[in-house]
Amino acid sequence: MKNLSQESAPILEALEKMKRLRLVPFDVPGHKRGRGNPELTEFLGEKCLSVDVNSMKMLDNLCHPVSVIREAEQLAAEAFGAAHAFFMIGGTTSAVQTMILTACKRGDKIIMPRNVHRSAINALILCGATPIYIDPEMDKSLGISLGMSYRAVEEAVKANPDAKAILVNNPTYYGICSNVEALAKLAHEHGMLLLADEAHGTHFYFHDKLPAGAMTVGADMAALSMHKSGGSLTQSSMLLIGPNVSEGYVHQIINLTQTTSGSYLLMASLDISRRNLALRGKEIFDKVIEMVEYAREEINAIGDYYAYSRELVNGDSIYDFDITKLSIFTRSVGLAGIEVYDLLRDEYDIQTEFGDIANILAYISVGDRPKDIERLVAALSEIRRNYRKDRSGMLEAEYINPQVCCPPQEAFYAPKRSLPIADTAGKVCSEFVMCYPPGIPILAPGELITPQILEYIRYAKKKGCSMTGPEDMDIEHLNVMEGSGK
Amino acid sequence: MDLWFTENHTENVRFSIKVDKQLYTGQSEFQRIDIFDSEEFGRVLALDGYVMLTEKDEFMYHEMIVHVPMCVHPNPRKILVIGGGDGGTVRELVKYSSVESVDLVEIDEEVVTACKEYLPQTAGMLEDPRVNTHFEDGLKFIRHHENEYDLIIVDSTDPFGPGEGLFTREFYGNCYKALTDDGIMVNQHESPFYANDAYAMQRAHKQIVNSFPIARVYQAHIPTYPSGHWLFGFASKKYHPYNDVDFEKWKKLGLKLKYYNTNLHSASFALPTYVEELLKDVE
Ligand SMILES: Cc1ncc(COP(=O)(O)O)c(C=O)c1O
Repeated sequence: MKNLSQESAPILEALEKMKRLRLVPFDVPGHKRGRGNPELTEFLGEKCLSVDVNSMKMLDNLCHPVSVIREAEQLAAEAFGAAHAFFMIGGTTSAVQTMILTACKRGDKIIMPRNVHRSAINALILCGATPIYIDPEMDKSLGISLGMSYRAVEEAVKANPDAKAILVNNPTYYGICSNVEALAKLAHEHGMLLLADEAHGTHFYFHDKLPAGAMTVGADMAALSMHKSGGSLTQSSMLLIGPNVSEGYVHQIINLTQTTSGSYLLMASLDISRRNLALRGKEIFDKVIEMVEYAREEINAIGDYYAYSRELVNGDSIYDFDITKLSIFTRSVGLAGIEVYDLLRDEYDIQTEFGDIANILAYISVGDRPKDIERLVAALSEIRRNYRKDRSGMLEAEYINPQVCCPPQEAFYAPKRSLPIADTAGKVCSEFVMCYPPGIPILAPGELITPQILEYIRYAKKKGCSMTGPEDMDIEHLNVMEGSGK
Repeated sequence: MDLWFTENHTENVRFSIKVDKQLYTGQSEFQRIDIFDSEEFGRVLALDGYVMLTEKDEFMYHEMIVHVPMCVHPNPRKILVIGGGDGGTVRELVKYSSVESVDLVEIDEEVVTACKEYLPQTAGMLEDPRVNTHFEDGLKFIRHHENEYDLIIVDSTDPFGPGEGLFTREFYGNCYKALTDDGIMVNQHESPFYANDAYAMQRAHKQIVNSFPIARVYQAHIPTYPSGHWLFGFASKKYHPYNDVDFEKWKKLGLKLKYYNTNLHSASFALPTYVEELLKDVE
């Protein structure tokens, strides 16, 4: 293998070389550098279409990388301090699923917090493993679920010594981290793998004011959304592994579901973004931190809103906080987060990442400009002036402890019946219900439907959360397991 | 020598001025600043390649953005100007002895410095003791003021570049909050003629209508702006723009102006039919 430095970008360089050769393409894709699809070329640009090509000798092959893709992956591994990095083109969903499919087979147990992304529970449907849920503590006043407390995981490990892995969010969507280092030690002491969903943690690896990247504190695998804070194209992600995980086996798992026509646009974007982070990450996140800290201060000065930060840290279920996250508690203005989210978009032309029933999240990145931050702050202050309401009657979010009646795979494939949602209390759900974003299930296959859960779904729908999951797209009906409940 | 300045008024329309000589070029944190001399228009200020003013026709713009609201408001004492680093708006305002203070909020200090040096015609009154200059983002400044100004003049650049935030609903809402109970806001309102300008004009109008009980538009002819047909927004909490205005009182001030007069005042609110329709579409 060549001796490469972080200044190089092997996939990018190979694509540039390929362009100079002016190959005559008698291979796919059929648009042939865009010439066959002028409308698409007009829309995306010729430069873009000219590198939307298939794998070929000089470009390597994502299903079996031996040259430039492998080099790019090695540079990425080096940049993140991992034993190996896989470029993923199926989103972080594919990276999370690969972690779980690598760790678990049918019947195995995996310990995870209930506030995982749907992709984690989906993986359980695929492989037939059983989740051991940790109750993520809830911050009652903010209405957000937190990280996992060490004690709770320790108990779960003792009660389930045969579990194969512990999965941790690092951080949650709201920026909250568990003590990954301690959890990794705990996992290893019991022969388990520590898997980290770092969909929102790519930047942790490049700045010392941020929480620790999971791989730097002993995790065995980590799934990173490069397309979030890393700056790459949507759907491109990275899977990192440590020295105790077999690279070849992970490759086999990836190839179970991965396309054989990996997009070079996505791969090149990963390569370029990795280089950018490795060379300029510190500088980039300095800027982001400065903007977010400024915004937080100004938003907290408006009154009623609470843009929270490190002060929440409690050494356990909030072991650390990602200060680049601009999570804002809105219920004190008398508005659900989703209502503020809708007002920002409809009245002020500002699109935020998501609103739940009590918070909004504004995603800040290196692409933001100070004047845009001013607009966000000004709009929030106007929303308070014009739309503020009495807070009474607002639902307080509570952690609803799921009652898992059977593993997700069994529930998903069991004989089922569709019932009007109001008639489902007491039955076992065989599908997902969630707000998207953030995509954390309210109900997962195999869980008992309770009146409290139905009330939450009704409230979230009324406030305008966009609900997804069930086969019935309007969420008027739910699939329940045949013969379950009364 | 045959040196020309050209501004694209649209992708398909160009406007050129023969340049005598370039006086100043600077790149600030926010924009490129150019001042040059020309035979036809005298000195010209361009920001990012767009003409902001020329010595020959700036009186049309500055008189209309200032004297219309100053005539309507019976007692304007505390004034805020956002943008307007060239000083032309301030120059018109300090002609009134009733004005007690003018806060000028300009994001780009280098514009003011350059204008003081090369455009004394507009920048000459910036040192008036009633004027306080703040180099700050307008959107940020306004957020911290409540029930304070009798008149706010938004003398902004276009709705792209540094002036972007001054065409938003949150900005107009914050202006409403910063005005006293009978306050007026007047703004540079783009042009109805070319499609892109007209779109910006409609959007601005829509946001202002949403923020103020009275929102009207008036016009002026400004030869060096795209199409030459330019609009201003008049937004007010209490006063109608021309009914019940005490024109006689204003005339007694005896100001010597070149464009504005009280007949023109009411007439400038009479708009061409297609402009009225554009406005109605978003009301
Ligand atoms: C915590 C978490 N994990 C995984 C994912 C999946 O990422 P992707 O959308 O790239 O598949 C997300 C996406 O929002 C997420 O929030």
